[in-house]
Amino acid sequence: MAAPQIAPEKTPDIEELPAEDRPWVTIVWDDPVNLMTYVTWVFQKLFGYSREKAEELMLAVHHKGRAVVSTGARERMEHDASQLHAYGLWATVDRQ
Amino acid sequence: MFRRQGSHCVASFAQDEVRVLRKVAGEVVGLLTDGFDHDDPVVDRLFPAIYPDEPAESEEVRRYTEGDLKTAKIDQAGAILAGLPSEGSGDVALDAEEAEAWLRAINDARLAMGIRLEITGDTDLGEELDDAVLHDPTSTRVFQLSVYAYLGYLQESLLHALIDG
Repeated sequence: MAAPQIAPEKTPDIEELPAEDRPWVTIVWDDPVNLMTYVTWVFQKLFGYSREKAEELMLAVHHKGRAVVSTGARERMEHDASQLHAYGLWATVDRQ
Repeated sequence: MFRRQGSHCVASFAQDEVRVLRKVAGEVVGLLTDGFDHDDPVVDRLFPAIYPDEPAESEEVRRYTEGDLKTAKIDQAGAILAGLPSEGSGDVALDAEEAEAWLRAINDARLAMGIRLEITGDTDLGEELDDAVLHDPTSTRVFQLSVYAYLGYLQESLLHALIDG
């Protein structure tokens, strides 16, 4: 059985954490070639996101130039980026 | 253009379309085999650095991911070559797995052409094509832009056939 969870008094702001404690992220960048429908489909396909969530991310990439599409361990993010490259999306890995 | 027929995505291709698709898929394979060169901006776009500001770390990741990625891209371009009629016109029927390989391969071809044609976020394809035709209707650029536009429509039609049924 899982132990009861106690909520922390204050959730630390990600930005305030020292670099080495910040999680890794996969970032997808906007590019002029990939079709919006295709990018949405890739996000659903690779990450199992709902159509709404995938569309939201696609629009963020389109309008803001980039969006974080996954968060987690560094090796996992490198794997995600590589998968995105197989689909022709422009993905990089960074710390949040 | 593709449409859904039962569990397959089907399309009828004219002789010219078959020829063009064979050519672009063959060019992608060429780029990934004999012509593979990281200094080529197309290769750089198809295999982006995972850490843009850390060349050494990107190289490290590349060492264990690039082989598989390259094989996958060659295989998906190969799926187009394998699915097309060997000559003349003909019909193509793709199951879901084949359709996905085609989608990725068409995308790679469009990325490669987009770099060569210097397509940017501000490019209006219709205007580009009109300008190129005015300049010289027989130029390679007119042909390349037409193929690029055609591949976009083809990819969109295949995607709709695959997901919307």
